[in-house]
Formats: sequence, structure tokens, C-alpha cells
Amino acid sequence: MILPLKLERVAFAAGGREIVAPLSLEIDAGMSTIILGANGAGKSVLMRLMHGLLAPTAGSIAWNEADPKRVRRQQAMVFQRPVMLRRSAMANVVYALEIAGVARADRRTRATEALKEVGLLALAERPARVLSGGEQQRLALARAWALHPEVLFLDEPTASLDPSATREIEAVIRAFDASGTKIVMATHNLAQARRLGDEVLFIHQGRLVERSPIEQFFKQPSSAEAAAFIKGELPWV
Amino acid sequence: MAVRLGFAPFRGGCLDAIAEALRGAIALIASWDAQLAGIVALSLKVSLSAVFFATLLALPLGAAVAVTRFPGRRTVVVLLNALMGLPPVVVGLVVYLLLSRAGPFGELGLLFTPPAMVVAQTVLILPIIAALCRQAVEDAWIEYEEQLRSLGAGALRAALTLVWDIRYSLLTAVLAGLGRASAEVGAVIIVGGNIDGVTRVMTTTIALETSKGDLPLALSLGIVLILLVLLLNAGAYVVKEAAQRRYG
Repeated sequence: MILPLKLERVAFAAGGREIVAPLSLEIDAGMSTIILGANGAGKSVLMRLMHGLLAPTAGSIAWNEADPKRVRRQQAMVFQRPVMLRRSAMANVVYALEIAGVARADRRTRATEALKEVGLLALAERPARVLSGGEQQRLALARAWALHPEVLFLDEPTASLDPSATREIEAVIRAFDASGTKIVMATHNLAQARRLGDEVLFIHQGRLVERSPIEQFFKQPSSAEAAAFIKGELPWV
Repeated sequence: MAVRLGFAPFRGGCLDAIAEALRGAIALIASWDAQLAGIVALSLKVSLSAVFFATLLALPLGAAVAVTRFPGRRTVVVLLNALMGLPPVVVGLVVYLLLSRAGPFGELGLLFTPPAMVVAQTVLILPIIAALCRQAVEDAWIEYEEQLRSLGAGALRAALTLVWDIRYSLLTAVLAGLGRASAEVGAVIIVGGNIDGVTRVMTTTIALETSKGDLPLALSLGIVLILLVLLLNAGAYVVKEAAQRRYG
């Protein structure tokens, strides 16, 4: 187990601008965590700090596991725009397994299983880059699925997809959740947060303003910023 | 009046000379005589060898500069870009000095042999291929970096993945090197010496025959040279197009 993840007074600044203000929090196994906030609030940066793609400019980030290789191996991330290598869908999943150190003999079996899970088995031998946006995002999820990570980070995974592709992606995210993978997802989409999340981390201008269970967050947010955000996003409520 | 009368025949004579040279050139190409074939073959051998060695060195160099961060990196990038414009004669001169009997590699006895020409052209085009490769890999790195790091790929692994993934774009860099190598005169004429039957290539022959006045041979080589470059580029274009369609 690499969870829980502990952030202590973690901050991130770039070019003299503070993007994430010092914040402390703990991410535990179990509940799906939604990082919610407007565009530019610092959601993506916070997630990249957690995933280890960015190093904090202050504070410390610690997993419940000392070996950095195991920490890397037990987490995966799906980005807003999936980046696929110029090879088949199957080969893209196999590549991820190869880097993760999975034995050659097991790679194809696991990749096949993952492609089946996301409904892409029929397109396994298609070049990944000629797949549609929704298919590529499902392939990104298959690539993560094959790794059996303990934690899955998702950065606005459906932001550039149409509603039907979004539904397919959300179904796979639920399957991850059901299989016991911890979901940490950034989104500015309230409806999606409600459909997929158990708790909300609300970020406003780089600050962690509020952390609440999902129902409570929508019914009675404890901060004025969250209330304004909910109202702004859902003015008809 | 006298000027006009003198001028008209002169123009006509000039065009006649070109037409005659062109006829001679076409006849030469059509007959494909041994001398012409030998010169073309040597040119291809020298330039393709240079491209082979330069590519072997330049791709890893360009990719390494693209994905690593080290002090003085900017200087290296500027230097690589600047070296793309290396004057062939200067390269020829430097390689000449290195390979001449008094030079550090004089004992190898390479001066005025085809291997010396390969060395000079390799030096000439290495920065071209490396700089273009650096740019291409760096552009791709911006797109792939987070994903590859997220998957846990180390720097070397990431660089190899990138180079392989954009291999069809790198074809353009290699072709630029080949274009430069096959078209230059300065370097090969200095280190090769333009010895008939030994180190005479297309460009040096064109230079020599033009000054001697054997225009049909010069022109026929010029035509072959252009056709070859055209053919190689067309081939590369087709390969790249097909790859684009296949892999996206």
C-alpha cells in the first residue's frame, strides 16, 4: 500500500507567481476524491504535484512507501489529452507494461484484458493515433487499467469529449473505483463531480478552500467561494 | 548599326551553344558511358557513406541535447544551429590539415582518397542532421514528456521512444544532410583532389569540365545530379506520406 498520501505545507510557485498556496492534506484509500475548481484554480498543478510530475517549491509530499520505484509503479495518470505513440492500440498498452517491468510473457494477456475492459478489443490492432478522441481516451484508461494501479489520477479526462464518449469514460472510471483503485479526479464539471465523487476538494485561486463529502458540498457548502462557484456553474438551481 | 549586327549573331550563337551542350548531355546520359557511370557511382558512394556515419552520430546527439538539461545547453544549441551553415571549403581545409602528412592523422594516408571525402562530408553534415533532429525531438518531447514520465520512463528510454516514434519526420533531417553532401564541391575538391578515376565526383567534375569548356559532360552530370536529388526526395515524401496515413 502506497496510500495514504500526505502533503504538508505544499506550495508551488512559477515565474514569481504562486500557483498553489501552502496546503496540507491527506489522501486515503477508498472514497473517490474530486478536485473541483474553476479553470486556472490550480487543480492540474496540485494533481501533478501529487503524481510527482512537478516538484513542490515548498513543503513535502510523502507516500506510505519509501521505495520511489514502487510509488511510481502503483499510480497512473490519465490526462485531458491522451498522448499515444505511433503504434497500434495494443502496442501502446504493451509499452506501458514493459516500462512497468511486467514480464514479457504476461504483457499481451494483460493488455488484451485491459482493452476488453474499455471495449476496444476490436480495435486492438488499429494505429492508436487514428482512433477518435473518445477511443483514445478509453485507450489511455486501458493503459492505466493494465497496470493495476493503487491510485489513478485523472485530469479533466472528458473535457474535450462529446456526451456519449463522456458516458463511456465515466463507466470505465466507475469500474476502476469498483475494482478498488483510488480515484483522484480534477474537474470543473459539477454534474460529473456528483456522478463520480464521494468527496470534494474545492480549490479557489490556488488555495484549498473546502473539503467536504459530496452531498454536503452541494447542499450546504461551508465557504462563500464554493457557494458562488456552485451558483455560477448551475445558475438555474 | 554595326553594334546591332554584331549583337544578334552573338546571342544566337550563345543559345546554339547551350542547345548543343544539352544535346551532347542527353546523348551522354542515354549512352551512359563508363566514365559518367563511374563518377555518378563514386558520388553516391561517398555521399551515402557520409550520410550513414553522420546519421549514426547525429541522431543520438540531437536527441540527447533535446531531452537533457545541463549547464551550457543553450550554447550547445546555438552552436549546433550555427554549424549548419559551415562553409564546405573551411571543412575541407580543416580536414585537409588533419589528414595531411604533417597532420595528426597523416599516418593513415587518407588524403586524396574517397575515405577522406567521406570524413569531410560527415563533418559537414553532422551538425545539420543533429540540429534538425534536436528540434524535432524537442517538439515531440513537449507533447510526450508528461505521459512518458508518468509511465515511469527514464531519460534514455524516453529519448529512444521519441526518436523511434518520430522516425519518419527524422527522414527529413537525414535528407537535408544528403542534399548538402551531394551538392557541395568545396570540401571534396580539397581533400579528394579531383583525381580522374579515383576521387572525381559529380560536383568536382562539373566545376573542372566547365572551366575546361567541356560543357556536355558538365551539363549531363548536372542533370543527373538534379534528377537523383529529386528522386530521393520524392521517395522520402512518399514514405513519409504513407507512414502518416498508417500511423497518424
